[in-house]
Amino acid sequence: MTNVKSLWLHAAVILLLFALNFLLPEYHRGIFSRVMVLAVFAMGYNLAFGYTGLLSLGHAMFFAAGLYGAGLTIYHLGWSVWPALGAGLLAGTLLALVVGFLALRTTGVAFMIVTLMFAQVFYLTTLYFTTYTRGEEGLVLPQAMRSLALPGASFSLTDPATRYMAALALLTIVLGLVLILVRSPYGRALIAIRENEERMRMLGYDVFANKLASVVISGLICAAAGAAYAVLFGYVGSGFASIQYSILPLLWVLLGGAATTLGPLIGTLFMFYIIDTASDYTTAYLLVVGLALILLILYFPKGIAGTVRERWLPWLP
Amino acid sequence: MAAVTPLLSTRGLSRSFGGLKAVREVDFALPEGQIRAIIGPNGAGKTTFVSLVCGRILPSSGTVVFDGRDVSRLPAHKRVRAGIAYTFQITSIFSNLTVFDNVALAAQRHLLDDRQARPTARALEEEGMAALEKTGLADFAEKRAGNLAYGHQRLLEVAMGLALKPRLLILDEPTQGLSDGEIDSFVALVREIGREATVLLIEHNMDVVMALAERITVMDQGRILAEGTPEEIRADKAVQQAYLGG
Repeated sequence: MTNVKSLWLHAAVILLLFALNFLLPEYHRGIFSRVMVLAVFAMGYNLAFGYTGLLSLGHAMFFAAGLYGAGLTIYHLGWSVWPALGAGLLAGTLLALVVGFLALRTTGVAFMIVTLMFAQVFYLTTLYFTTYTRGEEGLVLPQAMRSLALPGASFSLTDPATRYMAALALLTIVLGLVLILVRSPYGRALIAIRENEERMRMLGYDVFANKLASVVISGLICAAAGAAYAVLFGYVGSGFASIQYSILPLLWVLLGGAATTLGPLIGTLFMFYIIDTASDYTTAYLLVVGLALILLILYFPKGIAGTVRERWLPWLP
Repeated sequence: MAAVTPLLSTRGLSRSFGGLKAVREVDFALPEGQIRAIIGPNGAGKTTFVSLVCGRILPSSGTVVFDGRDVSRLPAHKRVRAGIAYTFQITSIFSNLTVFDNVALAAQRHLLDDRQARPTARALEEEGMAALEKTGLADFAEKRAGNLAYGHQRLLEVAMGLALKPRLLILDEPTQGLSDGEIDSFVALVREIGREATVLLIEHNMDVVMALAERITVMDQGRILAEGTPEEIRADKAVQQAYLGG
């Protein structure tokens, strides 16, 4: 029964987002497109952090690997959108495999530091190769290059409605993937590793291999978000590889609810609108943001979706 | 008389922690199907010895052979999959998960390894509930494991061990902290388990040991002091001196 309920809820969320394409004013539709892509980033982060209990401070590198993998191949090699997206995914996945393999030898605080260091290396590398990346200033992908070929037609991703739908499609795929994953035996094993690693080992699980798989899938999802960001918004800059973009997904996930499927989307959306609304009224908008965060921690200590699950809807995945 | 290959044997198994020799040169053999108890005073090296067997710690020297295969260098998770299950002396369950999820994690592991089976929801449900029914926890399946009474948490440990379908089940002081009534049903449970698996039991409660064990191994200061039937051990002078402080 709970399975059916949760499936309906997720379908309803996707349908609502679909309808919003036609209802939202242009400005808000733009924000939603961006939020959906970044929410995918947060979902990838949530898999490692929320479900597996791996507090990484370096996930910006996976997002940026996707961003640069897609952006550089388009800008310098003239690749079309599909192979460029593939390059982004591959870059992020390989990076996650290597970084995961090394960083997972550590746990806890050491893991945070090691992931942070790797991300810094990645960030500095993007600055070092300024000739190709143009560093902080970044690259703007030519509009003509950003068209998505589908059987029978070609769509320009610069068109707001197409962009919204492409972002929604990505969100739907990833949300579905995460939902299947966390309800599968493998997802149960990840949660159990978070809860009690030693017990899992003595139940015959290869903890390291399971964690590594979690980091790689997490990196793949984050890279998908990064690659999509490059082709949808046409901007590729090293700001996305900076520490700020490692902290943001952590914040979004904590706000929305760690280890919930919908939490990352809720958290990202919420954060965007607090900043957007507050900055309309005052230049000291960060003060308002901070206040809102404190209130949230007080009344929703497990994040929005996490607290809703704890108090009212225990079947939420 | 043909020598039957034991399910588990160790040769010259030793482990020291710094200067402390916790386990020294232990030669041990356990035939398949037996319920064996290991007793000995605190600090005798019982837990260290079974930890070496199940791979939670690696030996300083010596070998562990399980089912004819040298597993001395195998990591713990591979030994579990070879059929050695260990239940913790200090209760170690997934407190935030449901009781059912706790056993399902164990059942899932063994289903993943079984070529004929697959960890479908139905197979997990069947195997998980079977382990819970054996231990009398079926009514609590949907409860959060951390909310169980202490005695039930101990039973859940055993249920997880059972759901692994092990060939050798190691129980490290399973009755610690249980009430007399709980201990009685526990003895019945272990006897039941003993029909399908070999059991290695560390236990301080002598009534439990005498009721269950077919043979007893006595450890003292990291060595095996004596081994024999419960009657022999009861009559052994050296054991009385070491263990009963006589």
